[in-house]
Amino acid sequence: MESGVHSSSLEKGNPMAGKQSIAKKIWQTIGAIKTGVILLILTVIVAAAGTVILQRPATDIDEIQRAYSPQMLRLLDAVGLTDVFHAWWFVLLLALVSVSIIAASIQRFPNAWRFYSRPYKSPNDSFRKALAIQAQVPVDNEDRALAVAEKAFNEAGWKPERIVRENSFSLFGEKHRISEMAVYIVHASLLLIFVGGIVDALTGWRGYMALTRGSQSNQIELRNGDKRMLPFAVRCNSAGQENYKDGSPKRWWSDLTVIDGGNETYKKQIVVNDPLVYQGVRFYQASYGQTGKVDQLLLTASLTGSSETRDIALDGETPFVLDADTTVRLVEFIPDYTVSDGRVYARSKDIENPAARLVVESKKLGKSFDVWLPPIPEVEHNADAPYQFQPRDVKLAYYTGLEVSHEPGQWAVWSGVVLMGLGLAFVFYLVHVRVWAAPVRQVDGSLVLWIGGTANRNQDVFERRFREVVKEIQSELNSEKGSSTPAEAHSLAGR
Amino acid sequence: MSRAKAEQAPVAPGTTLLVAVGLGVSFLLFMAFLNVVKSGNVLNESNMLYAALIFYCGAGTLYLGFGVTGIPSYIKFASFATWLGLLANTGAVAHRWYEAGHPPFASIYEMLLSFVWTLAVLTLIAEKKYGVKVIGTVTMPVAIVGVVLMQLLRTEVHPLVPALQSTWLHVHVTLAMLAYAACALSFALAMMFLIQDKVKTETFLAATSLATIGTYLGIVLTRFERWGGFNVIAWDPDRKAEIFVAKGMRLFVTIPDLGWLMLLVLAAVSVPFVLYLVWWKTGNSSLIEFANRAVFISILLQALALVFFILRARDGQYSSLDAEGAYQTSLAASPFILSGLVGGIFMSLLYLLLLWRRSDLERMLPSAEELDRITYRTIAIAFPLLTLMIAAGAYWANKTWGSYWSWDPKETWAAITWLVYAGYLHMRVTRGWRGRRAAYFAILGFAVVMFTFFGVTYLLPGMHAYA
Repeated sequence: MESGVHSSSLEKGNPMAGKQSIAKKIWQTIGAIKTGVILLILTVIVAAAGTVILQRPATDIDEIQRAYSPQMLRLLDAVGLTDVFHAWWFVLLLALVSVSIIAASIQRFPNAWRFYSRPYKSPNDSFRKALAIQAQVPVDNEDRALAVAEKAFNEAGWKPERIVRENSFSLFGEKHRISEMAVYIVHASLLLIFVGGIVDALTGWRGYMALTRGSQSNQIELRNGDKRMLPFAVRCNSAGQENYKDGSPKRWWSDLTVIDGGNETYKKQIVVNDPLVYQGVRFYQASYGQTGKVDQLLLTASLTGSSETRDIALDGETPFVLDADTTVRLVEFIPDYTVSDGRVYARSKDIENPAARLVVESKKLGKSFDVWLPPIPEVEHNADAPYQFQPRDVKLAYYTGLEVSHEPGQWAVWSGVVLMGLGLAFVFYLVHVRVWAAPVRQVDGSLVLWIGGTANRNQDVFERRFREVVKEIQSELNSEKGSSTPAEAHSLAGR
Repeated sequence: MSRAKAEQAPVAPGTTLLVAVGLGVSFLLFMAFLNVVKSGNVLNESNMLYAALIFYCGAGTLYLGFGVTGIPSYIKFASFATWLGLLANTGAVAHRWYEAGHPPFASIYEMLLSFVWTLAVLTLIAEKKYGVKVIGTVTMPVAIVGVVLMQLLRTEVHPLVPALQSTWLHVHVTLAMLAYAACALSFALAMMFLIQDKVKTETFLAATSLATIGTYLGIVLTRFERWGGFNVIAWDPDRKAEIFVAKGMRLFVTIPDLGWLMLLVLAAVSVPFVLYLVWWKTGNSSLIEFANRAVFISILLQALALVFFILRARDGQYSSLDAEGAYQTSLAASPFILSGLVGGIFMSLLYLLLLWRRSDLERMLPSAEELDRITYRTIAIAFPLLTLMIAAGAYWANKTWGSYWSWDPKETWAAITWLVYAGYLHMRVTRGWRGRRAAYFAILGFAVVMFTFFGVTYLLPGMHAYA
């Protein structure tokens, strides 16, 4: 900072100086703590508003329309308050917060770095006078006093070193110097998290993919309705649900295989909380349910008029060949049917009252028959068909719903989180302690050992420790001397 | 040293309370024992919870007794009772854990269980390590309310739905409970600081009144139904769950006439504040005396409201405005109203304690400077915990929903809490904020924590349906 002042005074008379000082002022303002606080308060207010006002992608459109009048809704939409967290001005606000943190850190860092990289080791007179925590112990012999102090510092974990200058000879000890850098570590980690978030906001995406058993797909439906193609496909080999005894779901799972370039390259059974990750794309178990379609319909078929039966299985697609010129095909499955005016309707999607429509085609008769299972009196043609059918079992098709996301920035986020944990641990639990000891000749000619110390946090705890160490040094020196004069520590509280 | 003090203190009133509490505790234990003998099952969770309740009640009474009289022997017995309560509480937690097969964080009930446990541990730590002896006066009543709420909310062990079957969830919720408990402690310490910092008793009157007014205003505004009815959530006793009309929409039933009572209490708790405002304008000090009396009367009315609420809402069929027919309700359906009512009484009582025993409190509490430092240190514990809690939650969300941050209201409010405490730390370090401003900041921080914990769950839409 001093050098900055110096250079600007040199540039007096330079036409560029005015501009530069404006730029500098702006730079200083951005980094000022006031700016940071105002930005943070704004962020808090806006974020709180975003939790109170119903938000667009998450809430049902109906619900939003119920909650607000049309004019109100138009206004909210126009300002972006129905999707606060994705509005450009919110992103701008977060960006400004980041810039403010960066500016504040850059402006304050050089001082802290000087402090960190060039510790003040040899205290001069004025420093000794000003220091808040200090003590003086009368001594006879400089060397002896320093040796005792060195030992005591060592025992306290302050790692002393002997500092020899031309006309002085002293001790300097310290502990946890990294504590001075901790705040910058925390701020850097916050920025790292922001960077991860921004990368994800710009390049990440989220979508959904539903697969039935045996099917495969490489197409993802994104949140905004767009489609996205993956360079590989995912096949669902099987999927299922396990229940607790009371019927509530215990576990959903899907066996997935990744097919990349025609080869099966990766296989994994995913469950909720344990996704499949392939090339940075993550597949989560999100839902599981019935498609309302039939996987397999098992029937007993018999020639009309004959008692000879055989078991057949129909899927929804391929016709089943009953004999040389008769085929049967499943064309419709209604999980819950009702009949009205001679037509069959689906009442719901739950398996309540299922019905299946088969089409039997006979080349010999040159016509096709609609066969309903179970027989529905008003619409059936069952009796005329060349074959009769009895349903045995129906296997329904289930789908597994996969949430798919790509978040390339999350590694920055997680390393930011770890770094922040580390930084916070340094901030709160590592105290930078510095201590000095120097023999000083008093005005009256007596020799004392001046001991001083400082801590960047929890001064009170440090002061207690400091007094203990001073006492140790005293008693050590006294026992040497044979306790001729009772030594005293003078606390010169210089606050 | 404590013995010397004990000898100086008057003996008679001290022994009376000790004997009374001792008799009360042993009577309750004896009654409980009779019940246990009848059922033949000693070490189950509800017995242990009941024992914890008894001991916490004893401890709370003794802490209050210490707060009022300052007799040091109370504190010894109080911490002894807290130890016993904690032991029983630990047993209940362990039992629940064993029975459910997962750490007890899955429902409001289980979280309360853990929260009360944490609170008791922190109380003992604050007392033994930092010498803040009266802290139990505040924390024990909170623990008692917690245990009472648990009795009402008692649920069977619910199997965990798939999304909750994750270690990270447990880490997340444990950290949340620890962080919130630390925040609660910092709040109590900040309040004590304000006492030691010679904040006028009248100011505490205003603050207490405002807080109770806020509580009752919130209750009346959200629950008052036309012509004096009072809305509570309908409860299905078979499923032991709230009844929903549609996804996210609870069914409310209306208890007739209870609304008038709540309105009356709202008026009663407003009186001291109005008197305070007039005093503030005119300086007529007899008004404050009236206000203090009004607080006393409002406590009686609040207690009445609580009793009526418990009697009417405990069970019984009430009609609903949203659906045909009558529906059951239960106290378990309205835990937050209940805690609001109890909290209001508790706040007013604490004010009376301050009013009557301020000089004793000032003598017993650590110095203002010391309290300021301890507050800061508690926040220095709470803040990293909050950070890790958010991080663990994000990691869990990422594994479950595929996104570490989705601006869900709970997430957003957790971030806001974090920012408020970050603000506190910055102001303290860069601006040298100490003392009163820092204490106000700590109180604000805890208010935000409470909103994140309760308000977001009940007032705002979101994914954190479990807690």
